[in-house]
Parts: sequence; structure tokens; C-alpha cells
Amino acid sequence: MAEIELTELTILKALELLEKEKISSTELVELSLEQIKRYDPLVKAFLYVDEEGAKESAKRADELRKKGYPGKLLGIPLSIKDNICIEGLPTTCASKILQNFIAPYDATVIEKLKKEGAIFLGKTNLDEFAMGSSTENSGFFPTHNPWDLERVPGGSSGGSAVATACRMGLGSLGSDTGGSIRQPAAFCGVVGLKPTYGMVSRFGLVAFASSLDQIGPFGINVEDTALLLQIIAGHDERDSTSYPLEPPDYLKFIKENFNLSYKIGLPKEYFEGEIDPEITKALENLIKLLKKKHQIKEISLPHTEYAVATYYIIAPAEASSNLARYDGVKYGFRYREAKTLMEMYKKTRAYGFGKEVKRRIMLGTYALSAGYYDAFYLKASKVRTLIMQDFVKAFEEVDLILTPVTPTPPFKLGEKVFDPLQMYLSDIFTIPVNLAGLPGISIPIGLTQNHLPIGAQIIGSHFKDELVLNLAYQIERQLNLKMVPNLLKS
Amino acid sequence: MSLSVEEVLKIAHLARLELTEEEALKYSSELTKILDYFNKLQNLNTEKISPTFHALKVPTPFREDKVKPFREIEKILKNAPQAYQRMIVVPKVVKAP
Repeated sequence: MAEIELTELTILKALELLEKEKISSTELVELSLEQIKRYDPLVKAFLYVDEEGAKESAKRADELRKKGYPGKLLGIPLSIKDNICIEGLPTTCASKILQNFIAPYDATVIEKLKKEGAIFLGKTNLDEFAMGSSTENSGFFPTHNPWDLERVPGGSSGGSAVATACRMGLGSLGSDTGGSIRQPAAFCGVVGLKPTYGMVSRFGLVAFASSLDQIGPFGINVEDTALLLQIIAGHDERDSTSYPLEPPDYLKFIKENFNLSYKIGLPKEYFEGEIDPEITKALENLIKLLKKKHQIKEISLPHTEYAVATYYIIAPAEASSNLARYDGVKYGFRYREAKTLMEMYKKTRAYGFGKEVKRRIMLGTYALSAGYYDAFYLKASKVRTLIMQDFVKAFEEVDLILTPVTPTPPFKLGEKVFDPLQMYLSDIFTIPVNLAGLPGISIPIGLTQNHLPIGAQIIGSHFKDELVLNLAYQIERQLNLKMVPNLLKS
Repeated sequence: MSLSVEEVLKIAHLARLELTEEEALKYSSELTKILDYFNKLQNLNTEKISPTFHALKVPTPFREDKVKPFREIEKILKNAPQAYQRMIVVPKVVKAP
């Protein structure tokens, strides 16, 4: 086998090596599985590793390559967040209520990846039902940040971000309801994209808050992220919110339009208030650099301060309804000793759900209940309109918006988990993007003095995912950072 | 705004969640704090604003109501807490007349 250093690889480089027969998919998958054996006991990114399945798929990919099969990801190992269904593998959502659930079918995104020859190493950890910002709400165990094992990787797609950062697979899919791809990407020093609402089918994604949920890719760099989006995007009649639009060739677009300059908006509300000075500094440096080529403009998104309250009414309201299906009847955990049907429902859900999920079901049920619907759910839905209008106005003036991803670098495990409101407030910069259904990306722009990753968020208007990727690509090329956690170097 | 333990238990019943007394007490104080924070929305005048329930205004897509066979029935039955032949066994839901 050729000497391959995983930290030097990206999906595109690996494809080149596979094409030139410098490496086989079997070797690549072996290397990835070794990486999991070495590092996963420390970071705990995986809930399930499908060693046998991955090896078999790799063998098949090698055979197909010899026959000239044109798969765009033929032989590339990936990981998948454990709320996305892969037929025959567990899909637990990191919840005890789905502990023994085996997916009977593939999500549309999985079908698409399989068709292009991708290989699935396993399912990654998350906050239970994607509810959380640190992966500490997993019903099984927390995931650790590879840049500092005492810190959280962010959430809810913490496992996917960590797997990508540790090269346990060359990329991943996560889901983003209020920042669940972008915030862990920022905390772990990888690229994470939330596509426009409707751009990627959610068929086979376990629903949390249906008007906000979106599947998206994690990549080591922007090119890989663009390639993954290319494959998973597109209309699907099995998801009625999927938009009937043919996605452009993202990879080609970002390369061919490398010299495009943009009008970039800096929303003043995102730069005021309590932001870690090292994050502010990193963004200021980036803005200086961007000014050489792009037009920078201060803008205002005046309803930003209402976004967290709006989100934490709407998302739990939708969740309380979506999660009503976990009642012990058709699948998942059932409390067997119950004497009445009511007792079965209540005990099944009491034992099956964790604290944060129950908290949100309670909040959501309250916000939708008679007498409170108008004051909470309806009010929040109206404020959502105002938040969306802010963006519509902003995009009349600028092409793209640049912001921090998080107010702080990764925090310590246990630091916020006992104060739900503090945890909710850490999502302030990512939530408005979901409320408005916009595309948003998080890319690494530097490290703090303590060697913790810092991310920047680029937001675009509806279905302008390619512009978001394009600016991200330009920044990535200019900064030319190599984000490899020290853990992997030792 | 405060949420009493009684109200917490009422909501828990609506949500079909069994809570211990200790949990109900904890949720009462936690949810009160969160609802207080939500109150900031009341500062905004939204009288003339229509609500948004979906981020994109897409008309409901219609398609033919065609039956497609699903061949993986066994796989679905395997996930059932209790199955008998090709049926899922559930507790009695209806009362005898």
C-alpha cells in the first residue's frame, strides 16, 4: 500500500488517488476504521460502526471501479448522523426510545450517496432527537471535542463534526434545525453547510421541527462540501417541502467564479453584545482581507434579539407534535408492565425520553395548548415573519451576509448543560437562518490562543447556496489554514 | 409569568409524560424562567403582521394517489415491540360496549 496520511486527504484528493490506482477503496476504508479504533475511544463520535458492511462495500467499490462504474463518490468512506435512516442499520436518534430501531429503508440522501458509490462507516452521536447544542444530551454518552477533550464538540451534529475533524471518514451528513451543523463545524474546525430549506429532501430524516429541519454536509474543506451537496440536493416527491429546482453544478460554479466579488453585509446586531474578543478579532482580520476584493457594508437585522425566543417556541411546538408518534405502540421502546393504555403511553415516554427532550415537549405542548396558543405559538410565528423580512430587506442591498457562528469558542462539558436558557442563547447567530429558511455555511477562520477553532458564517438568500459556497471557497483559499487537531498529530 | 406544579402536571398529562414530584418541581422553576424570557416577544407590536408557518411559500404539491408496493414488511414488523404473525400486538384501545 502506498504511504497515505489521512490528514493530507480530502474527498477530492482521495478520488484522484483511487482513479490513479495509488490506493484502493479497501485500503482507504481499512485506514478509516483504524482511525476510528485509535481515536473514537477518546472522542466518542460514533454510536455504531458498521465494520463488516463498510469493508464489503469497499470491496464492491474496487470491483466496480475496475469495470469503469462512474460513481462520483465511488469508494469514499463517510459517516452519517444517527437521525438519518440507512436500511438495515440502527437509527436511534441517540434516544433510548429508539435504542433497538433498525431502519427499514434508506433516506433519499442515502439512496443518492449509495448510487454514487459512497461507503458508510457508521452512525454518529447527537443530542437526543437533535435537541441540543453540545451533544451532551445524547441518551447514551457525550462526544468530546478533539481540539480539547474537556470541551464539547457543539451540537446537535457533534458526532459528525468530530468524525470529520478526526478523519474518521472523509465527510459526513448532519441535520440543522437551529445551527446543528454550523455550530459543531465551527467548534471542531471543519466546514458545515445548511442548505436552503427545500434544497435537500428530508425523506428518511427523523423529524424534529419540520418547518426548520434541513439535512446538510460536513467536509474537510469547501470543495468536498460542495461535492456532497451536489449529490444530495434536488427535488424529491417523497418530501412535500422539497423544492422543484434542478441544483447547479456547485463544484464547477465555485471554481469558475473564483474571481467574483460580492457586496457583503455585516449585520451590526451580530457584532454588538457579548462576543468573545478572540472571535471578534478573527472576524475583523477576515473583514480587512475581504475589503481588498469585495464591497463591505454595515447592515441591520433589527429583530435579531427576538430570534432565540421565537425559535424556542416554534421548534418545541413542532417537536411536541412530531414526537407524539413515540408512544410504545408501533415501534421503539414499550413499557410492558403497564395495566392501562394511558399508563403505557406515559411510562413509555417517561422512560424513553431524556431530560431535554421532555423539557421541549413540555414547552411545545404548553405553547400550543388552549389559552396560550395566541400568546406563544401564534405570536412567535408572527415575529418569524419580521425576522424573515429583515433578511429580505438586507438582500436588497447585499449579496451575502458575514457573521460569527457562535458568541464563544467551544465551552467545557458540564458548563451549560444544567442551565437550559444559557444553552439556548448560545444559538443566537445560527437560529435566524433556519427561521428564514436561508442557506448558511460555517468555515474555519483561525484558532484561539488555546488552540480552539473559530468559525465564520456566510448567509445567502434563498437558493443562492452556490454564492455562499463560492465566497467560502475564496476565503478558504486565501487563509490557507490547515485545521488538524493536535490529538491527531501525537 | 410563572408555571405552577399543578400546571406542569396538567401539561405533562396532555403530552402523555409521567413526571415524578421532583421532576414536576424542577420543570416548574425551569419552564418559568424560560417563559419569562419568551415574554420579550410581547414588546413587539405584531397586530398587522401575518404569521409564517413555512420558510418558503410553496403551494402544496399534488400528485396521483397511486399505491406502490412496499416489500420490506418484515423489517417493519421487526421494529414492533410485540408482533404476532403479520400484526402488531397492542393493548386494548376501545372499551367493550
